[in-house]
Amino acid sequence: MKSDLATIAQRMRAHMVTMLAAAGSGHPGGSLSATEIVADLYFKHMRIDPNNPQWEDRDRFVLAKGHAAPALYAALALRGFFPEEDLVGLRKIGSHLQGHPCMFATPGVDMSTGSLGQGLSVANGMALAGRVDGREYYVYCLMGDGEIQEGQVWEAAMSAAHYGLDHVIAFIDHNGLQIDGHNNDVMTVTPIDEKFRAFGWDVVTIDGHDFAQIDAAIEHAKNTPGKPTVIVCETIKGKGVSFMENEVDWHGVAPTAEQAEQALAEIRAR
Amino acid sequence: MNSATREAYGAALRELGKTNPNVVALDADLAGSTKSAMFGKAYPERFFDMGISEADMIGTAAGLATCGKIPFASSFSVFVTGRAFEQIRNSVCNAGLNVKVVGSHAGPSCGEDGSSHQAVEDIAIMRSLPNMSVVVPADDVEAYAATIALADYNGPAYLRVARLASPTIHKEGHKFVFGKGEVLREGSDVTVVACGMMVPRALDAAEKLAEEGISAEVVNMATIKPIDADLLVECARRTGKIITIEEGSIVGGLGTAVAEVIAERCPVPVRRIGLPDIFGISGPGEALLDYFGLNAAHIIDVAHELLG
Repeated sequence: MKSDLATIAQRMRAHMVTMLAAAGSGHPGGSLSATEIVADLYFKHMRIDPNNPQWEDRDRFVLAKGHAAPALYAALALRGFFPEEDLVGLRKIGSHLQGHPCMFATPGVDMSTGSLGQGLSVANGMALAGRVDGREYYVYCLMGDGEIQEGQVWEAAMSAAHYGLDHVIAFIDHNGLQIDGHNNDVMTVTPIDEKFRAFGWDVVTIDGHDFAQIDAAIEHAKNTPGKPTVIVCETIKGKGVSFMENEVDWHGVAPTAEQAEQALAEIRAR
Repeated sequence: MNSATREAYGAALRELGKTNPNVVALDADLAGSTKSAMFGKAYPERFFDMGISEADMIGTAAGLATCGKIPFASSFSVFVTGRAFEQIRNSVCNAGLNVKVVGSHAGPSCGEDGSSHQAVEDIAIMRSLPNMSVVVPADDVEAYAATIALADYNGPAYLRVARLASPTIHKEGHKFVFGKGEVLREGSDVTVVACGMMVPRALDAAEKLAEEGISAEVVNMATIKPIDADLLVECARRTGKIITIEEGSIVGGLGTAVAEVIAERCPVPVRRIGLPDIFGISGPGEALLDYFGLNAAHIIDVAHELLG
């Protein structure tokens, strides 16, 4: 029997495939690989109120890898921030669902992103604001593995450790692929864990599709005072759709109507 | 009085620390030079030195702004606008966040450090960004007032301040009006539109031109974006000839902003004084301003040419 979270993930994936097919463009691979991480945050860990998206004490989420917007949008809709029917408007004129997250367009989006490498700095700023105001919220930041090739990530990694931002919890969606191919063929990113550890972070490596492991890692992060935690999530790009899994060509191409139908059949059968 | 605009910025920032608990400040290892350290010393819990990492500083400022803070992020103008340009574009302007970007040591008056440290392009690149406002105060009094005013203005803004001390032309307590140009001297033959440290030089030129019977109007255009287009059109109708002067490249800066308005709404001859699409060089700041013709003598020459 599936856990509630597994059901949420299944529904998120179905929404993602449907909205991407309707849009005719977008990024299925890295959206599907991040599904469990985003589902666990929005349906278990984050203190949020869909009726009050600007609640000052809410936990924040920065989708640094903004191209995984379909995963975020699916979670926000299912969580009640806006109607699920809106999702098929993705990337269309007049829709509030921009190609990459836009905080003033979409209820529940905490930060506009899309340009890789900028999200962790923003998450740090949110955490510093919480410290200044004496608020206890957590700031979650999801980065791609290719994204950590951006120098700003390491500036921000240094800052988070310097300021002891233990309310910053970062995730790396380590699916191993980026547009031009395998991460380490394009520009070596490994070892990710040792890099962050050397920068002064607490590091946990997990299976990014296993809810129990995601939960345990977040609990561990919350119980690690004085330093930020990064959760390196081993994931599969395109997870949940057989013909997309581990296929780099599905980084930034939307499924056709026919492919979407096959994908939906697979997702429902799981 | 007669201090550098960066000194006034630091003093105003410290004052804001006292009056507005939401104001926070960030710097990139130049707090002593940009004077943000004046805030940092008084309010250490709201001051964040980010080290030599302008991109991270701007991103962090954006995060603070999402939580209702009013961040002032300072560094040398060349680094804060150039190194962090795309962070300003995406994390600040595209997100519409209330971050104040402050660039000090702008232009050749930065001096001996030379061209690598003298921003000539900052006004142009900041002006090009949707949502961004650009303010270049003329003296210490205006820099103080503009800093206070920008904290009340909700939106991204770029404030450009200078390293060198310069003459105060405004009375103590002068109120800065965002988006409005200021006619400092009336005239009927030619209008000189200036910003920053060029304003006192424009006034000097007008004084000398008056001695030879030429009536020059002087406008302090401290807000370069949004520019006071209505005032510029009035000036063009009044004098029919416009000279701009700025401490930076004539490509994309104040002169360009003025020319855009004049070309579309009231075409009259315009001459732009500034760096003619070149970088600066090393030397004493004041001497460099003369070296590049950023002075009254050059304004007078251009006025003669325009008036035939």
